Amino acid sequence: MNDQTIPPAAERAAALQGLGSSRKRVEDARFTQGKGNYVDDIKLPGMLFGDFARSSHGHARIKSINKEAALAVPGVIAVLTAEDLKPLNLHYMPTLAGDVQAVLADEKVLFQNQEIAFVVAEDRYAAADGVELIEVEYEELPALVDPFKAMDDDAPLLREDIKDKMDGAHGPRKHYNHIFYWEEGDKEGTDKALAESDVVVEELITYPRCHPSPIETCGCVASMDKINGKLTIWGTFQAPHAVRTVASLITNIAEHNIRIVSPDIGGGFGNKVGVYPGYICAAVASIVTGVPVKWIEDKIENLTATAFARDYHMTGKIGATKDGKITALSCNVLADHGAFDACADPTQFPAGFFSICTGSYDIPVAHCGVDGVYTNKAPGGVAYRCSFRVTEAAYMIERMIDILARKMDMDPAELRMKNFIKKEQFPYTSALGWEYDSGDYHTAMEKAMETVGYKALRAEQVENRAAFARGETRALMGVGVAFFTEIVGAGPVKNCDILGLGMFDSCEIRIHPTGSAIARVGTISQGQGHATTFPQILASEIGLPAEDITVEEGDTDTAPYGLGTYGSRTTPVAGAAAAMAGRKIRAKAQMIAAYLLEVHDGDLEWDVDRFQVKGNPEKFKTMKELAFAAYSQAIPGIEPGLEAVSYYDPPNMTYPFGAYICVVDVDVDTGVVDVRRFYALDDCGTRINPMIIEGQVHGGLTEALAIAMGQEISYDAMGNVKGGSLMDYYLPTAVETPVWETDHTVTPSPHHPIGAKGVGESPNVGGVPAFSNAVNDAFAHLGLTHTQMPHDHWRVWQTAQRLGVTG
Amino acid sequence: MSKINVRMTVNGTEVEKSAEPRTLLIHFLREELNLTGPHIGCDTSHCGACTVDLNGKSVKSCTIFVGQADGAEITTIEGISGADGTLHALQVAFKDNHALQCGFCTPGMITRGYRLLQENPNPTDDEIRHGISGNLCRCTGYQNIVKAIRIAAEQLNTAEEAAE
Repeated sequence: MNDQTIPPAAERAAALQGLGSSRKRVEDARFTQGKGNYVDDIKLPGMLFGDFARSSHGHARIKSINKEAALAVPGVIAVLTAEDLKPLNLHYMPTLAGDVQAVLADEKVLFQNQEIAFVVAEDRYAAADGVELIEVEYEELPALVDPFKAMDDDAPLLREDIKDKMDGAHGPRKHYNHIFYWEEGDKEGTDKALAESDVVVEELITYPRCHPSPIETCGCVASMDKINGKLTIWGTFQAPHAVRTVASLITNIAEHNIRIVSPDIGGGFGNKVGVYPGYICAAVASIVTGVPVKWIEDKIENLTATAFARDYHMTGKIGATKDGKITALSCNVLADHGAFDACADPTQFPAGFFSICTGSYDIPVAHCGVDGVYTNKAPGGVAYRCSFRVTEAAYMIERMIDILARKMDMDPAELRMKNFIKKEQFPYTSALGWEYDSGDYHTAMEKAMETVGYKALRAEQVENRAAFARGETRALMGVGVAFFTEIVGAGPVKNCDILGLGMFDSCEIRIHPTGSAIARVGTISQGQGHATTFPQILASEIGLPAEDITVEEGDTDTAPYGLGTYGSRTTPVAGAAAAMAGRKIRAKAQMIAAYLLEVHDGDLEWDVDRFQVKGNPEKFKTMKELAFAAYSQAIPGIEPGLEAVSYYDPPNMTYPFGAYICVVDVDVDTGVVDVRRFYALDDCGTRINPMIIEGQVHGGLTEALAIAMGQEISYDAMGNVKGGSLMDYYLPTAVETPVWETDHTVTPSPHHPIGAKGVGESPNVGGVPAFSNAVNDAFAHLGLTHTQMPHDHWRVWQTAQRLGVTG
Repeated sequence: MSKINVRMTVNGTEVEKSAEPRTLLIHFLREELNLTGPHIGCDTSHCGACTVDLNGKSVKSCTIFVGQADGAEITTIEGISGADGTLHALQVAFKDNHALQCGFCTPGMITRGYRLLQENPNPTDDEIRHGISGNLCRCTGYQNIVKAIRIAAEQLNTAEEAAE
């Protein structure tokens, strides 16, 4: 019997460092000492290095490729072109969106920097020498750059490989450059309601093409072991299991003979969800040469060839009654997908979850339609730190609400409050069919407005405008309000899959005899701190200290099958799997405790880290004791050991939300926008690790700042990329980045085992409209309705000049 | 390609190797010396992930040839902690203040902070922000990095006062 005094439950719970603890990260010991293990750190005996010769044109026919000079370079071992891949049927690969993408350009190049030849050499210098000497003769073709001209009668034909295939992966195609049309909602009802509305505003809102640009680019090391027939690929994969299945399907190597490993990943933000030609070429090169082959793209290749984001051209139309009640929303989108549809979306959602575009508002009727088109630009369409197309949707609705407020001469915060879905309306089914699980928008907005002193800010703005008119200042103050609702945690297998693979996730736990544990999950951290937070979830479920629980992920030979980490799905899906696996552990432990304490299991209750006899807390067994018993005692009717697996299929998505307020001062003579203040209130449900949540919000807001204020991958009329290096592509430094103020409310998800909703992407989704609304707001009194992102100095100055206020 | 001989002191150890003259210092450190702490992010000297300390200055090691480092004294992230494995105040402060997420920029960031605090032992937040502006981070938004460097500075100054 246990005879020492039992510490109070709160004290025991704190010692576990479970849910709600700002536990320090276990990952940091290795990262702060330079001992991380990223893909380019991998060095295998005999390893070769691959590098791409890429297209110098946006659209051209390849007349010839001459490898001779490259092959003569000392150290160059082989050069692969489409002709070499054809016998293996690997010159094209399937994309996540049901299209195919050329692995190496086949007869034509369709975007600048498209992969043409893969040079394999003894080291990266020899490979680069070889790339320089690949001679490609082109016949230039007219480039299609403007998506609005993609479906013109005389538009250049881009995809000759599918020109006769007018039935696309998502229905009929209307034109040879058309990919899909997807719609949701009641078009007729929406048109009618808009026609009957007292006020209607319409605006083309463009979300420019940008790129997630993690500091680490994409890359891999492929190693074919010809003795045992096993192909291992270490790489920057946000979804290693999906990569294994796809690799098996396209190479015909049995799935058990493929091992995919994601080592430490230097940031992902959606960039590392896709499957890229480099992975295929490295694998083929390793199979051909019999030695490991490494491929690491450089930053220019990263920005110009792998995984762009956005490029949505959204025409929003919103109607309201004269007192500001929204009556209807319609949105027609032209989506520029580049040369191949390599969008990363669940199969049934070619425009992702764009239909969340009704946002946080109780809109009676709505319709949205999206046309996807091909252009001579890089393929991609990944969710750059957001759930699938959710940030585009949030940007559109949050700009439209501001535009409507201007038109009605209403305060934009007041208009939002008037139209929010009310707390008592949850669960709420939106006009476009989503069931919002929970929310308390008014409380969040009121808290945000009170904290920043919203009324005082507006009063200050009135004074600023008067002072500006009197010529006393050259800076205009702008206040940006954004309220977002996300839809994350994809997702229920009934409607969410990627290439047919259900978007469940998984967790497997083994409790060791001495009461420590290892948990394996189907996800992979790219900086989110999974090794720290999964043990916190488990600590609260199974009563073992978080520090005694190791988490492993990213190795398909050991981790249970899962769909990976993106779209803020790890906490909602794998986090739920961890909690459920923990509950299975606890259920078995309860049976063991009943045996040991000689009571019926129904007479036991769980208390933080132990089972105790109801009404007699002196009589208990701790989880640590139960773990040992599971391995040391013969218990009738119970198998030895203490392990559990859970595959969790979420019943619904989760719907995190937040209220962001941004204050800027715009220098009209230089176009410089100074972010004076940024306040972010996030409600992500139950908070697992507040320190990590705050870090995620800081990072996401900084990415939002980058997008709103400067990021754009643009092309000239010939299809040349105009901003393809960090010389042009904007990644903010510490100097431009403001100090972030974070706050929260907690509205737990009713269907998630621990009530958590996911947070990593909220600040990107909510941040972009907050910045953009602030810049637009600065000029609103001068008659500005909408100015397109990015709000860089040049564009902002142009806006000021157009409005006649520059010096 | 003909090779040149280079000698340098890296993290207190003298090394002598031959290398192609065009070899960038970052590749020499990572591939010849197996010091994979400094990373390659951009190849164009913008991101600072490859930052090392060279003759008392922060240098982006993707920007110089190995020959330019001949005879140099170099410290990489692997040489920031004490010989007995004691972590540097910056390493501790980065861990304690959640100043890193994916960890990819961290070695360069800490190595830059190490030099910054020798150039300016009492930096303001604004001076820290300017001081690390050659090092990009995509995860943290810098706020906790600035805080960690400030706290490390305080700790180093306190330790120094105590030693006097």
